[in-house]
Amino acid sequence: MGTTKPTAQGLLRRYVFTTDHKVVGLQYFFLSLAAVLVGTFLSLLMRIHLVWPQAAIPFLGQIKPENYLAYLTIHGTLMVFFVLSTVPQNGFGTYLLPLQLGASEMALPRLSMAGFWITLLSFFVLIAAFFAPGGASLAGWTQYPPLSAVPSAGPGQGTGTDLWLVSIGLFCVASVLSSINFITTTLKMRTRGMTLMRMPLTCWTWFVAAILILLAFSILLAAVIMLLLDRNAGTNFFVPANLLISGHAVDHQGGSPLLWQHLFWFFGHPEVYIAILPGMGVTSHLLSVFSRKPVFGYKAMVGAILAIGFLGFMVWGHHMFVSGMNPYAGFAFSSLTTAIAVPSAIKVFNWLGTLWGGRFRFTTPMLFSIGFVSLFITGGLTGPILAQPALDAYLHDTYFVVAHFHLIMAMAGLFAVFAATYFWFPKMFGRMMNSTLGSAHFWVTFFGAYAIFMPMHLLGIAGHPRRYSELTGVQYVAAMAPLQQFITAAAIITICGQLLFLINFFWSMFKGAAAGANPWECTTLEWTLPSPPPREGFGNQSPLVYQGAYEYSVPGASKDFLMQDSTATPQ
Amino acid sequence: MAVALLLAILLITAGCIYLFAAHPWWLPAGVSAHAAAMDHQFLTALWLLGGLFVAAQLLLAFFLIRSRSKNAPYLGGNWPAEVTWTLAIAILFFWFNVKGERLWSAIHPHQHSPDALQIEVTGVQFQWYFRYPGGDGKFGRTDAQRFAKPDEGNPLGIDPADEAGNDDIVSTSLVLPVDREVELILRAQDVIHSVFIPAMRFKQDAVPGMEVHAHLQATQPGNFEIACSQLCGLGHYRMRAVVTVMSEEGFRAWLQSRHP
Repeated sequence: MGTTKPTAQGLLRRYVFTTDHKVVGLQYFFLSLAAVLVGTFLSLLMRIHLVWPQAAIPFLGQIKPENYLAYLTIHGTLMVFFVLSTVPQNGFGTYLLPLQLGASEMALPRLSMAGFWITLLSFFVLIAAFFAPGGASLAGWTQYPPLSAVPSAGPGQGTGTDLWLVSIGLFCVASVLSSINFITTTLKMRTRGMTLMRMPLTCWTWFVAAILILLAFSILLAAVIMLLLDRNAGTNFFVPANLLISGHAVDHQGGSPLLWQHLFWFFGHPEVYIAILPGMGVTSHLLSVFSRKPVFGYKAMVGAILAIGFLGFMVWGHHMFVSGMNPYAGFAFSSLTTAIAVPSAIKVFNWLGTLWGGRFRFTTPMLFSIGFVSLFITGGLTGPILAQPALDAYLHDTYFVVAHFHLIMAMAGLFAVFAATYFWFPKMFGRMMNSTLGSAHFWVTFFGAYAIFMPMHLLGIAGHPRRYSELTGVQYVAAMAPLQQFITAAAIITICGQLLFLINFFWSMFKGAAAGANPWECTTLEWTLPSPPPREGFGNQSPLVYQGAYEYSVPGASKDFLMQDSTATPQ
Repeated sequence: MAVALLLAILLITAGCIYLFAAHPWWLPAGVSAHAAAMDHQFLTALWLLGGLFVAAQLLLAFFLIRSRSKNAPYLGGNWPAEVTWTLAIAILFFWFNVKGERLWSAIHPHQHSPDALQIEVTGVQFQWYFRYPGGDGKFGRTDAQRFAKPDEGNPLGIDPADEAGNDDIVSTSLVLPVDREVELILRAQDVIHSVFIPAMRFKQDAVPGMEVHAHLQATQPGNFEIACSQLCGLGHYRMRAVVTVMSEEGFRAWLQSRHP
């Protein structure tokens, strides 16, 4: 640590091209923030277009069906990849995993840096698709061929789709690099005394999600390359013979559209757990902190995380009950999918058990964690319905499914991200976020999430297919316009409410009350360091761990929490 | 704050119950042979999962206001409670799953009636075509790339050289005889489409390069809408067709009138 003035090159090394996991974590965080702003803005445009198709949007003009479908594709892609697969894992995980394990770095710091920069490149490639001839792809984030394989299938199916595939390919590479880093760090970098069963549940979920990323994104990378080859090199993985698209005879033969669906969902279902597992970890962690109680059933929680990760790889076919897959496969996928509801239910039970009898501190992160549990219950319970092929055969590709995955993956996932942001902001920036604005943000978002997505179940039950850019094409769909209007109104209010978060975030960064090292009175190792932690983290003073991660309200202890590095042995 | 959370969760739970109880939009009246069984299973699911929903939300809400002691209990778990809960929920879901599997096997039976009426359904961006085999009971060979000419009345590309195709009838609406099993043969000419007939609780993807066979039996005369439910491009939202269910005599008369 010299006292010389930092050079421009030094600053670049420190804050831009850096291997410091804390800076890389924040870089991922701000990338996700940009992605969520764009993705949310696109959803706003879609909601407006659905109920006021003639409306002229400033700078954009009237939204046409091809614009709607392009927004839909990029909305889904941004939210699934660049928000839900990025900030819970690579944002908070890269920042906190070494700190919580008592390590001063990730195991492979250059991989952290490479992962971020490749993800950033991938983001720009995706956004560039809007400016390609024909615009962005209109095939949705699932990109089913032949729609995604043949440029004549629609506007946006040319360069826009190639850019989508390149972007996702890059994203896969970055994710795999980062996941190797997470796995190695968890296994090799834990400080002395930090046994696996003393790890905070956040670390467990980052670890298991990293294994899922390694396996699932490798498959998606292969699938994306195959589709790129089909489009550009004349291979025949996904395109069958004798297609006639918009009057063009397609020159492929021998491919199978269902092959893509198998590969995609073999990635796509574990992806759901990649998005939500870290959120489950954060929720378990925060409910314990703010109930001042140990996590209820820590071992069962670890078992449930592992079971969810394992079963998550065996349920992909439930996305394909009506795809033309052999109906007999439906039996197996249905049973396995129902089985995954059991470890999910264990988690809910143990969250409730953690809350039971707690001495609550209703801080903003606690409010969002409670919101997470409520939304997880609501969104999760429609899962067993969709797991049944006979019921799914009606509800598949309707708004019922949209409601289901938005509640459990998007809303619950985002509530965990908000909880984590309010919770670790003091550690990251050394200042507290404002709690009045924080709770106002919670109330708007909590009611908003239900107001937007509960009515969507009814749309689905009444048979409203998803991905319709207009409501006028089918008569019974047109009759549902009033409910769509209600949902749009709720969405506008809820999206405006997110300004409370943005204002709070940026205001607190500069003007928030100073936070001490451990403002929430937590046990885990990141709170032993100053806020924000120094560049070198623990430096050469690796902490020694004597306690589990959730020693709250230990009888006989002088305070109601025991830090993990505390040597106290209360009776 | 605890009371505010309690009230909020109660309000939301009540709102959800009201939404599903009043259900201003709901399943259309079912008009196919398996619709009643499916609706029954769906209602069973709503009661079962709705009950769990209410129970879990109420526990969450009431646990938040229930905090009397000065110190929180130092409680790391409770194996008997955890095992009991896990087994109970596993048994409940297993029972529900078995019921669902039985229904699925009823909809996709191992043996189909050999004299089911065959109708070929073809999805083309953004139009449905329904082909009846005519008097010979055989479909003519098709080759979309060589022969498909929508403007000349041959959108499916039926090979003019194949005699079996001469009497094929191609319609843009699906006409079904009431109370008779039909076998739909689903195909697609360009991209994946999906036949969704909400009133018949029927949905099946039509995949290019594949022939998907699905069975259906209409139980009431009338007109019902088909909506495409797999994103197929720009006109996905307007890829609509009508199913007309007629008496057996009406159906025969219709076939006669359409005979080339």
